[in-house]
Amino acid sequence: MKLLLVGEYREGRLLDITAELMGFAAAIGGEASLFLVGSAEEVPAFNGTLYLVDAKVYGEYNPEVHKQLLLKAVQEENPDLVVFVHSSYGWDLAPRLAASLKVAQVSEVIGFAGNAYEVGCCNAKMHRNVTPLTSKAVITIQAGAFPALQEGGTPVVKVLSTDVASTTEFVGYEPAEARDVNLAKAEIVVSAGRGIGKKENIEVIRSLAKAFGGELGASRPVVDAGWIDHGHQVGSTGQTVTPKLYVACGISGSIQHLAGMKKSGFILAINKDKDAPIGEVADVLVVADLLQFVPALTAKLS
Amino acid sequence: MKILVCIKQVPDMESPFRPNGSATWFDESDLAFRMNEYDEYAVEEAVRLKEQLGGEPEITVLSIGPDRVIEAIKKALAIGCDRAVHILEPEVASREPWQIASIIAAYARDKQFDLLFTGMQSQDRGSAQVGVLVAELLGIPSTTTLVGFAWADGVVTATRELEGGVKGKVRLRTPALVTCQLGLNSPRYPTLPNIMKARKKEITTLQAGELSSEKPLTGSAAFRHPEKKGSGVVLEGSVDELVEKVLVILKDKTAVLR
Ligand SMILES: Cc1cc2nc3c(=O)[nH]c(=O)nc-3n(C[C@H](O)[C@H](O)[C@H](O)COP(=O)(O)OP(=O)(O)OC[C@H]3O[C@@H](n4cnc5c(N)ncnc54)[C@H](O)[C@@H]3O)c2cc1C
Repeated sequence: MKLLLVGEYREGRLLDITAELMGFAAAIGGEASLFLVGSAEEVPAFNGTLYLVDAKVYGEYNPEVHKQLLLKAVQEENPDLVVFVHSSYGWDLAPRLAASLKVAQVSEVIGFAGNAYEVGCCNAKMHRNVTPLTSKAVITIQAGAFPALQEGGTPVVKVLSTDVASTTEFVGYEPAEARDVNLAKAEIVVSAGRGIGKKENIEVIRSLAKAFGGELGASRPVVDAGWIDHGHQVGSTGQTVTPKLYVACGISGSIQHLAGMKKSGFILAINKDKDAPIGEVADVLVVADLLQFVPALTAKLS
Repeated sequence: MKILVCIKQVPDMESPFRPNGSATWFDESDLAFRMNEYDEYAVEEAVRLKEQLGGEPEITVLSIGPDRVIEAIKKALAIGCDRAVHILEPEVASREPWQIASIIAAYARDKQFDLLFTGMQSQDRGSAQVGVLVAELLGIPSTTTLVGFAWADGVVTATRELEGGVKGKVRLRTPALVTCQLGLNSPRYPTLPNIMKARKKEITTLQAGELSSEKPLTGSAAFRHPEKKGSGVVLEGSVDELVEKVLVILKDKTAVLR
């Protein structure tokens, strides 16, 4: 199988995620080439063809321009599979390529068997296998699903260019907000999820955090609803935490939340749904109504 | 200005899921359905733009599926969309992103919409493809994962959520399509008077098969609960028992309890 991997580069830096594409290529086997809008000064080490576009000339991500350049690489390389990471870059660009080629796209792949790709669905509660019905296909792989691989070697560089007009104008980046809560250093993090039901119930979780002597965390819906500020958010668009104990209260266990806490030493989850995907990573899943269980646990601890 | 908002009805994610007979997707019986969470932000943003422009834009809300999706459509109408298109497709569960996008694009093609709003993904399939595919099929610019949106003089300024808290700002000229991320705004609840008013709003029904006969590009199988990987234990019982058991385990397995 011939693979064309689509690497990522932002603000003058090759993103680490590119190594996960290499890991996927090694796992599935086959001949891998790489497409990168990046810099000749920071070329990933591997043996194969690198279709390189100079980011200094083409700027930061521009959908129409990157699509046209990628189509050129596809034309030259004629890959069976084009592989992106399921990131803000990958999920934006992959469908554009799939539409141009009119080929199947499988999103957020976590595994494979034969020509079927395993993906999560129903907010990670269920899995299914998706099979491309076209001879070529485009996939995005879930960040973290395939171990990063530093292959080593020297690629053969082919430089690509285009004069296609862009349809979107990149204005600039807004840096991440400064954090007033540092969850990363906490030994114990007790987090509130949407299962708390309403804003007032944050206090129930805060009391447990206090009883444990830990910090208060939250899942995204709790932050989006304005029940607590963003500094407390755990997950791919919040903080990554690795406490000795993580307590997830009324949190279902979406991929994006797990990305921020699954490396915790010990995970205690409280959920009324026995099938909640948080059970995948929890050392203990307590099946209970948190509004009854959490105050009872707090009382015993204090 | 003409606006199209595309919404999907999805099961409540807290429901117990069972595979259907062929295990291609879930069995629909016993499931409670609601508007896809991401689409709630799309509806709200469209209605806010209408309000910003003194009510001038006309908002059409579109949903594909069996009759049950009319419930989600009615909610969107009660929030402030003006009219609705229900594209009847009893087999919506077996339609994959390419086919759904082809149906929407076929509907939208000659309607001269200035702006199209969709959610960035659905909670059940989570492919994050349909919005972008629609834009590509219509040949208009698009951008995804919006946590900020502004419109002025035919130009959209969109704030995209990237990784690690970083955001990217882009500008695109209409006609354009944007996909909405959680937290873009605070979706309102429909009020009773608006629910009553929405009853008089027009819902047009079209047949999916008459809009597009695109064949699927992917197949689906083995819809299942994931294999349990970890060695975690599941505890059930009375609250008092549960508290005792948890304390014993925490003392035994962690060093955090003094
Ligand atoms: C690009 C992107 C980035 C994202 N980034 C993040 C991120 O950084 N962090 C994050 O958390 N999410 C993130 N999300 C959102 C994520 O996909 C989920 O929507 C979110 O994590 C769900 O939060 P939750 O588990 O609190 O809510 P839900 O999924 O709604 O789960 C609530 C849970 O509470 C349980 N429950 C309800 N009532 C009770 C009760 N009384 N007692 C006990 N249990 C109860 C339910 O069974 C359910 O399992 C992101 C999404 C996207 C697309």
